[in-house]
Amino acid sequence: MYSTNGNNIPRIGFYICHCGHNIASIVDVVEVQKYAATLPGVTVSRDYKYMCSDPGQELIQQDIKEHNLNRIVVASCSPLLHEHTFRLAAEKAGLNPYYFHMVNVRENVSWVHDNKEQATEKAKDLARAAIKRVFFHKPLEKKTVQIKPDVLIVGGGIAGIHSALTIANAGKHVYLVEREPTIGGHMAMFDKTFPTLDCAACILTPKMSAVKSHPNITLWTYSEVEKIDGFVGNYKATIKRKPRYVNEELCVGCLDCIEACIYKEAKYPDEFNLGLSKRKPIYIPFPQATPQVVLFDPETCIDFKSHRCKKTCIEACERNAIDLKQTAKFEEIEVGTVIISTGFKTYDPKLSPQYGYGKLPNVYTSLEIERLVNASGPTAGEVVTRDGKKPESVGIIHCVGSRDEKSNKWCSRVCCMYSLKLAHLIKEHTGAEVYNFYIDMRTPGKGYEEFYDKFMNEGVHFIRGRVAEVTDWALVPEEENKLTIRVEDTLIGVVRRIPVDMVVLSVGLEPREDASEIRRMFNISCSSEGFFLERHPKLAPVNTFTDGIFIAGACQGPKDIPDTVAQAGAAAEALSLISAGKIELEPNTAQVIEKYCSGCKSCIPLCPYTAISFKEDIKKAYINEALCKGCGTCVAACPSGSITQNMFEDEQIFSEIEGLLKFAGIELEEKEVEHA
Amino acid sequence: MLSSDKKWEPRIIAFFCNWCTYTAADLAGVSRLKYAPNVRVIRVMCSGRVDPQFILHVFASGADGVLIGGCHPGDCHYSEGNYKMLRRFMLLKRMLKKMGIEEDRCRLEWISAAEGEKVKSVINDMVEKVRKLGPLGIPKRISKIDKEIKIIEKEINPEEAVEHA
Ligand SMILES: Cc1cc2nc3c(=O)[nH]c(=O)nc-3n(C[C@H](O)[C@H](O)[C@H](O)COP(=O)(O)OP(=O)(O)OC[C@H]3O[C@@H](n4cnc5c(N)ncnc54)[C@H](O)[C@@H]3O)c2cc1C
Ligand code: FES
Repeated sequence: MYSTNGNNIPRIGFYICHCGHNIASIVDVVEVQKYAATLPGVTVSRDYKYMCSDPGQELIQQDIKEHNLNRIVVASCSPLLHEHTFRLAAEKAGLNPYYFHMVNVRENVSWVHDNKEQATEKAKDLARAAIKRVFFHKPLEKKTVQIKPDVLIVGGGIAGIHSALTIANAGKHVYLVEREPTIGGHMAMFDKTFPTLDCAACILTPKMSAVKSHPNITLWTYSEVEKIDGFVGNYKATIKRKPRYVNEELCVGCLDCIEACIYKEAKYPDEFNLGLSKRKPIYIPFPQATPQVVLFDPETCIDFKSHRCKKTCIEACERNAIDLKQTAKFEEIEVGTVIISTGFKTYDPKLSPQYGYGKLPNVYTSLEIERLVNASGPTAGEVVTRDGKKPESVGIIHCVGSRDEKSNKWCSRVCCMYSLKLAHLIKEHTGAEVYNFYIDMRTPGKGYEEFYDKFMNEGVHFIRGRVAEVTDWALVPEEENKLTIRVEDTLIGVVRRIPVDMVVLSVGLEPREDASEIRRMFNISCSSEGFFLERHPKLAPVNTFTDGIFIAGACQGPKDIPDTVAQAGAAAEALSLISAGKIELEPNTAQVIEKYCSGCKSCIPLCPYTAISFKEDIKKAYINEALCKGCGTCVAACPSGSITQNMFEDEQIFSEIEGLLKFAGIELEEKEVEHA
Repeated sequence: MLSSDKKWEPRIIAFFCNWCTYTAADLAGVSRLKYAPNVRVIRVMCSGRVDPQFILHVFASGADGVLIGGCHPGDCHYSEGNYKMLRRFMLLKRMLKKMGIEEDRCRLEWISAAEGEKVKSVINDMVEKVRKLGPLGIPKRISKIDKEIKIIEKEINPEEAVEHA
């Protein structure tokens, strides 16, 4: 199908990109271009300002036609960025795209070295290696796989909810898997949201119900992904649905069982309210929990412990929904794409003991205050200290576990804004004097600076300085029975002691504890802080390095709700794959050359995908191409050299090595090219 | 072209897996970290693809060091290719030792996609160590041995030696 342009004699086109000044300021591109022109096999050698631009690509295409080129080498940026672009360009000119090879002279050379001479030398070596390598390139056919239309979404916070609805509304089926008994994530805990101060529940709960009732969404809460196998377009996942001891189909959320529970008083810390209130062994996380289904906590239910409860709950349930014998259920699903939206966790302020969290009762985290200001929270929206008093003064400490060498270096992006929000809400609820202790105010975003301005005028105090400590040790009578915040006010240059009744720690955002397990399960990467790594920060922010696996929301990095929802555009990426219906995979699979295979079977246990089997009749190994993912481990291990890997054949790599190391010109005789 | 009259510089060939270490090297680039220009990277899909023959060939072709970079244990894009590499590497190291190739000349490092800094520090460290060891010069040694063999051959059997030449 592709022209091979008379492949017997390589006719190589070599192109080096200036990338504006990015490459050309360190690498003498003209010298490299001139040098390449002297190498055997090179028919055309050029340098150009931007190879990836349309005119750059056209240059290649024109040369292919005019000079009958049959091999293309482009020295520019990383192949992870533009290999695809140039392959496509070659293909458009009728050349098989696998006759192309890319040399990385930007990320690997010009951006990391500053000695011009050495960088140019290195660029020449790399160019020479590629030019040697392409002698051995072969035409290959891409592998096409079908994309199953169903989508798995892991995590039902606002990111997962928004993605699920987008995909479901486009007519595709979604499995939404949430670990907690309800969807909603962190947003469900808030009363109001910045910058508009609109009620979180008013925006979120309609979306949560829409998820529950959507015909295209299968919602599995209190569930986790147990296992996932397969590849883009064809993933098989096992979902573990933990037992709630209540039949989800039958329960209508009347809550009669909770009322009837043998415990008349709630006794156990309520997880959703972060322990600020109590719940019974049978409970529902919060009134608008979705699904509206109760669950048992076997750790505290008497019947689970002693089997001697009167089971008044069962009697109370008219629909016979309670099933104390329920066990975990495993669902097997097949999906084409996956969106991971597992969100974040907040920093544990016990790790910064100077703020007294866990020791001084009236030191709270911001998340706890979110519950306290919430009308449906543990105090019905009353902001009170642990002894039930309305605080007269409150200090909000920013950047707890953010921008700090000792904890987390990054800025958590949302804390300044939510601290302003909380300052306003606390003032509104209590009339207290509110002090914000900040390092820098960071309020970039539409309407955000205006939000800050508004509260400055509202009378909230702003003190610039990192708080040294929070203490209950009074030095003067005004500090008796108070928490004193000791801080250097860097605007006036004095150390101040400010007594308050309540301290709020604006804790930063961190990766979830199990982020690493999730990353391994889905075969994606993390950046150094532990948030999931996107394929490219600008060009592919929701893609990962694994095709068909996308990330959305705060699991990729700290984000506020508007940005999270924007990122739930991961859904669009999944949809575009689904509507294409198929995806082309790199043909870098391995094959056995039967005539050389000795049948030793050493390759068989090496393959993690069980792609290699043994043909008993002819006593030879056989690789199932559909299962092979192209790692090349078997190739490297085969003692008789009878396995080859497309695009990474032995002679291709050997020629690359030789190209890198031979200082003298390459002898033409060396190119004994075997052609398919 | 490096000609012999120039000051000797260590030449190191690196094999980086596509998913972790190659990406980390890209990150080092994007972060504009500066490191020694002595390493030339060959990209492979997985460190499991690195055949011991490649490493021997690199040394035989005149390099002074080989660096292999893969994902951290448990993180290989293909689950366990890096582990297979590690096993091979252990065996190979013993063999290299016997051949008189110092340990610091062949190095296996786990560098994740996030560790651009580590690419820099490993490369700088390795270049320094190899610089201290000096040139390996296997091709020269081989040609010397070849010459010696030829001389011996000539002594033993002058007629045949001429035929060979
Ligand atoms: C105190 C505080 C106040 C804030 N106030 C505001 C505000 O006013 N305005 C604003 O715009 N932003 C605010 N934010 C930021 C906001 O919380 C985030 O932008 C938003 O919650 C991110 O949504 P998400 O869906 O990515 O993550 P999350 O809300 O964390 O949701 C993730 C979901 O995934 C589930 N999950 C996790 N792991 C798994 C797993 N392995 N399997 C299955 N499910 C899993 C979780 O249970 C959770 O339901 C605030 C943040 C904090 C800490
Ligand atoms: S993919 Fe990195 S070592 Fe296997």
